[in-house]
Amino acid sequence: MMRSTLSVFALCAAALPGLAAADPVKVGLLLTLSGPPAVLGEHARDGALLALKKLDGKLGGEAAEFLVTDAEGKPDIAAQKARRLVESDGADVVIGPIFSNIMAAIAGPVTEGGAFLLSPNAGPSVFAGEGCNPDIFVVSYQNDQPDQVMGEYASGAGYGSVVLIAPNYQAGMDHLGGFKRTYDGDITAELMTQLGQLDYSAELAQIAAYQPDAVYAFLPGGMGVNFVKQYQQAGLSGIPMMSSFTTDETTLPAMQDAALGMLSSGSWSPDLDVPGNAEFVDDFIAEYGRVPASYAAYAYDAVMLLDTAIAAAGTEDRDALREALRTVDFPSLRGKFSFGANQFPVQDFYLTEVVQRADGAYATSAKELVTADYVDAYADACTAE
Amino acid sequence: MANLFLLQLLNGAQFGILLFLVAAGLTLVFGIMDFINLAHGVLYMLGAYLMAMFALETGSFWLGLLLALATTLVVGLVLEWLVFRRLYDRPHLDQVLATFALMLILSEGVKILWGSAPLNVAMPELLSGSIPLAGPLRYPVYRIAIIVAGLATAAGLWWLIARTRAGMLLRAGASNRPMVAALGTDISRLFLLVFALGAMLAGFAGALVSPVLSVDPGMGDSILILTFVVIVIGGVGSVKGAFAGALLVGIVDTVGRIFGPIWLKLVMDPAAATQAGRVLAPMLVYLLMAAVLSWRPNGLFGRPS
Amino acid sequence: MSAAPKAAIALLILLALVPPAAAAIGDPFLTVIATRMAVFAIAALSLDLILGYGALVSFGHAAYLGLGAYAVAVCARHGITDLFLQMGAAALAAALFAAVSGAVSLRTRGIYFIMITLAFGQMAYFFFVSLSAYGGDDGTALAARSTLFGRAWLENDTAFFYMVLACLALAYGGLDRLVHARFGRVLTGTRESELRMRAIGYRPFRYRLAAYVLSGMICAVAGVLLANQTEYVSPAYMAWTRSGELIVMLLLGGVGTLAGAMAGALVTVGLEELLAGWSEHWRLCFGLILLAVVLWSPAGLTGLLRRLLAGGRR
Repeated sequence: MMRSTLSVFALCAAALPGLAAADPVKVGLLLTLSGPPAVLGEHARDGALLALKKLDGKLGGEAAEFLVTDAEGKPDIAAQKARRLVESDGADVVIGPIFSNIMAAIAGPVTEGGAFLLSPNAGPSVFAGEGCNPDIFVVSYQNDQPDQVMGEYASGAGYGSVVLIAPNYQAGMDHLGGFKRTYDGDITAELMTQLGQLDYSAELAQIAAYQPDAVYAFLPGGMGVNFVKQYQQAGLSGIPMMSSFTTDETTLPAMQDAALGMLSSGSWSPDLDVPGNAEFVDDFIAEYGRVPASYAAYAYDAVMLLDTAIAAAGTEDRDALREALRTVDFPSLRGKFSFGANQFPVQDFYLTEVVQRADGAYATSAKELVTADYVDAYADACTAE
Repeated sequence: MANLFLLQLLNGAQFGILLFLVAAGLTLVFGIMDFINLAHGVLYMLGAYLMAMFALETGSFWLGLLLALATTLVVGLVLEWLVFRRLYDRPHLDQVLATFALMLILSEGVKILWGSAPLNVAMPELLSGSIPLAGPLRYPVYRIAIIVAGLATAAGLWWLIARTRAGMLLRAGASNRPMVAALGTDISRLFLLVFALGAMLAGFAGALVSPVLSVDPGMGDSILILTFVVIVIGGVGSVKGAFAGALLVGIVDTVGRIFGPIWLKLVMDPAAATQAGRVLAPMLVYLLMAAVLSWRPNGLFGRPS
Repeated sequence: MSAAPKAAIALLILLALVPPAAAAIGDPFLTVIATRMAVFAIAALSLDLILGYGALVSFGHAAYLGLGAYAVAVCARHGITDLFLQMGAAALAAALFAAVSGAVSLRTRGIYFIMITLAFGQMAYFFFVSLSAYGGDDGTALAARSTLFGRAWLENDTAFFYMVLACLALAYGGLDRLVHARFGRVLTGTRESELRMRAIGYRPFRYRLAAYVLSGMICAVAGVLLANQTEYVSPAYMAWTRSGELIVMLLLGGVGTLAGAMAGALVTVGLEELLAGWSEHWRLCFGLILLAVVLWSPAGLTGLLRRLLAGGRR
């Protein structure tokens, strides 16, 4: 009865131009869009909007509305905005955030408010093990995985000694910890730098003095740009540089030649040979004028996942939608994709290298498969069922 | 090891000179006009962005530098005319609020104009590459250029303030404005020029470091606080103090970060030393400032107020 | 007496009416915003005591906000969930930190005081950034809000809001009496002329230190409430930019009037909410508004209001 009334209403609404269809699916995009790290959030937002455009503004055939919200990079503000999205604006799903500290702040407000949280980037260990949550889906990766993959690669490539470098804060510790977990050579030194450090000449002198087989860095954003430029200027290009979250499409425009040949790992790259990926990259460049980074690809995937799940289960029955999100097979830019028990992805990881594309732009390029069907280290501890 | 220690001292001094380049304009405006300019950081950022744009447009580093300098000078003049001259007689707090507002406006403006992704500035052919030091250690040529530019700026400012007629009027105007005005000097024109010069110095620093550092919307914020630390340690308004403060901050920060954990391990067990090093390293600069100020409440070279 | 107490009471009543109004128009989120406004009004009041009445520009005041927030996290982890016990712990921690940092900082004046308080604020910030047990810079989520007499009454947003409002009213009432009492007059006296106060036998340092410590303690209480509102604790609460925002609130409202401090907090939080919802370039608009206020209304909104009222009579 209810449904038929609704569809009659929907028909009327459709017949009257200018009147919105009844009750669209509301999706909050809660991303850091202002302040220095805004570029990551912009990639994710643009990726999600591109996906919605491709789907003609519909999710699973139902009209959809995206509520783009700036998390401002401040956890308390983000928590408040998450509450507004869910409680006041009636969002059914929130896609976000970029940063792990924001994730910890918004997870409660979003899931307790009755919405699903789909993360296009942050995958902190807190939510991967005992703290896993049936309403949280991490579409990207678990935070430690790229580092562990690099550790495995470094062991296999025969690098006998490595100097580690990361900023002196929690995420820095965690990422170096991930590398050390899988690397079996010597760690010559661990250089802890400062948050937002400008000048790395002291660290570079240490590296030059140690002469390790390779360097492993976790220096996101502007720190990575400073480091990579100065690395090349100090004449260290002969020492292979591996990193995570340092050389990606958001920082490469500022590094350019200085980053060529540097190695990192990921489950996606712009040239990954998967159906639909080349089209996504071309559309993204045409629309936004820059090569998409993984943040864009994962946000695109999150929207595609949502579309397929809603097509299968609708939005009325929350449990059915959750089950669909967990199991449905959607056209991912990474090819095969599935969720583990903790609702973090089980996926392939590649070694990527910085290259210059035919159009002159700089991007990461998948070189070889390092680990197939990689399950994160925390999944076993998740017993949320 | 001794070689490495000396090299790290040099690195610290080099970072200090980089800080001095940014601090010079701030201490000039602060010292002579008694004006707190929080927007100094964004002017530095503007210099770097203008450099990135002009270097790309003209294809030349040197032409880009020249245009960036000229443009920041003009921006300084316009800002002085629009905003700052209304604030000279107002309390410090009003200046803080107004320049904080400018900081928000200019950094958002930069984001709207150039986007939020970091930009690249290519290094000039002439200054790229590195020269060998001892063993495997090398030193980038561009760093030497930064050191030379910093020393030249210090010498130029000293000459301007201590040896020229304008400098004499400035010093007099700073201590007794009505007196200088009574002598027939147009004080407001003098202040306009000082302010524009301060803005240009900030822009110069930004343009100069752009091939070494990331040009992004956050670059002004990250340097602003360090710059204030430098001029406060040195004593507000003293160019000599700013230079000494900058070297001190650069060396303490660099040497402490690299050798602090090693020295701590000599006196405590390794795990505790690592932990203590982690906690202490980022605080070092602030500990230094608190220590200097509790010893000399007006900084190293500051006049008692 | 001026119109200030009336304005302050009007603001408190206005805030008190938010939950029924929110219920009436069916937008419970208004209460959440009002809670944030009230929390920051407490913090702004605490800063006004030293900045407005003692001319001590603290650029590290957010440290106390953070100390209060971490007091909640630390207490909760050790099984102490009672709000009042947590507030006590927060105030104690803040008093200790303020006594030590104040004793050093108050030897300096002007820009040097601004910078040395910044230094202490940054030290506190970096201490919590490296505190792995509480998530370092990622911070840590609280399992639940604090309890009152063993009950989880504060889980209800409206109940929590009135609790915060009661704290705000108490902070305002207490500070209003304090600044009009001898203590406040001496503090204001040291602001006007330290020499004169010395000459008539006061020791300004003691009064300044007492005000500095008290201010820190009140701000820590605001921190306890902030942690409870967001159910999350992070070093971001004590970043230097947050200290700057507190000063901005005060300047926007009008320095040296308690009603102005409250109004400044309300307007700043409200503007941020409004502008951020409107455009991602909201900082540009916010900057323009600030600039307009400082250029054309030197005493902040309070000054503007006063001039408007006076203008009618002129």
